Amino acid sequence: MAAVFFFIAAIGAVAGAIGTVSLRNPFYSVLALVGHLISLAALFLLLRAEFVAAAQVIVYAGAVMVLYVFVVAYVGGMEPTIGTSTGKGLRFVSIFFALAIFVELAIALIGTGLAGLDRKGAPYHAPFGEPAEVGRQFLTTYLVVFEVASLLLLIAAVGAVILARRRAGLADPRELSVGDLLRRGELAAGDAAGESMLEAGGRKR
Amino acid sequence: MSLTWYLVVSALIFCIGAGGVLVRRNPLVILLCLELMLNAANLALVAFARAHGDMGGQIFALIVMVVAACEVAVGLGLVVALHRRRLPIDVDELRELQG
Repeated sequence: MAAVFFFIAAIGAVAGAIGTVSLRNPFYSVLALVGHLISLAALFLLLRAEFVAAAQVIVYAGAVMVLYVFVVAYVGGMEPTIGTSTGKGLRFVSIFFALAIFVELAIALIGTGLAGLDRKGAPYHAPFGEPAEVGRQFLTTYLVVFEVASLLLLIAAVGAVILARRRAGLADPRELSVGDLLRRGELAAGDAAGESMLEAGGRKR
Repeated sequence: MSLTWYLVVSALIFCIGAGGVLVRRNPLVILLCLELMLNAANLALVAFARAHGDMGGQIFALIVMVVAACEVAVGLGLVVALHRRRLPIDVDELRELQG
């Protein structure tokens, strides 16, 4: 029974991946990727990773893909671009190299001497992959990783806001960068204290 | 199902994603193909976690999902910035850095 589910999910995942790469409209590519992610979540369930599967569906197929759909709808209206000016030769070389990587990986995986890969995996013990166990590991063994991940998310959120904010032009005097703020702080701390106090009082230079 | 099957599916998805990064020219689709490659790595990590009976691989997969979300946020911010500057949304046209 597991084999049937595996083949359904694997075919769905590979078909979704091929659709993502080959569909011309970016919107349909995003939809194909959603199908791919849900099939992959089924594969995670077969591998006894319940929490990873749930996070995959909720975070990836839910939140991240909504972000993609918004950006595609905002940027949209572009002409479908696939291999028109790059030249056919370069495209064939690209596909050839992708196939070569697959052949190489398949040879390495099938010809490996690792005994554990030919079996169904280690014997299953009850808390493996459950949300409680994931939380316990995150707060004990992998605490530093957890904190670094939260810091990374904060940095990425701030970076995305700074990248995508509305700006009037390149040389807009009202635009403040972080360097400007630092330089202004130096100036206020150094000489010209009265000037910066005048500025703070709202008087124009 | 033996775990080799999962790893072969993972390799296949990775190669489809890599081919997509090489072939496509729309940066949005290139980001989607990067997602494909990261997900293939996730599948391999979860399969190895199952092989060893160790939760570390699943934790690693979750962290990879965090990194992928960060990458998507920054990448989509770049695409929106390109659109605001009226630059072409095409990686072959954007060659000022001689890439």
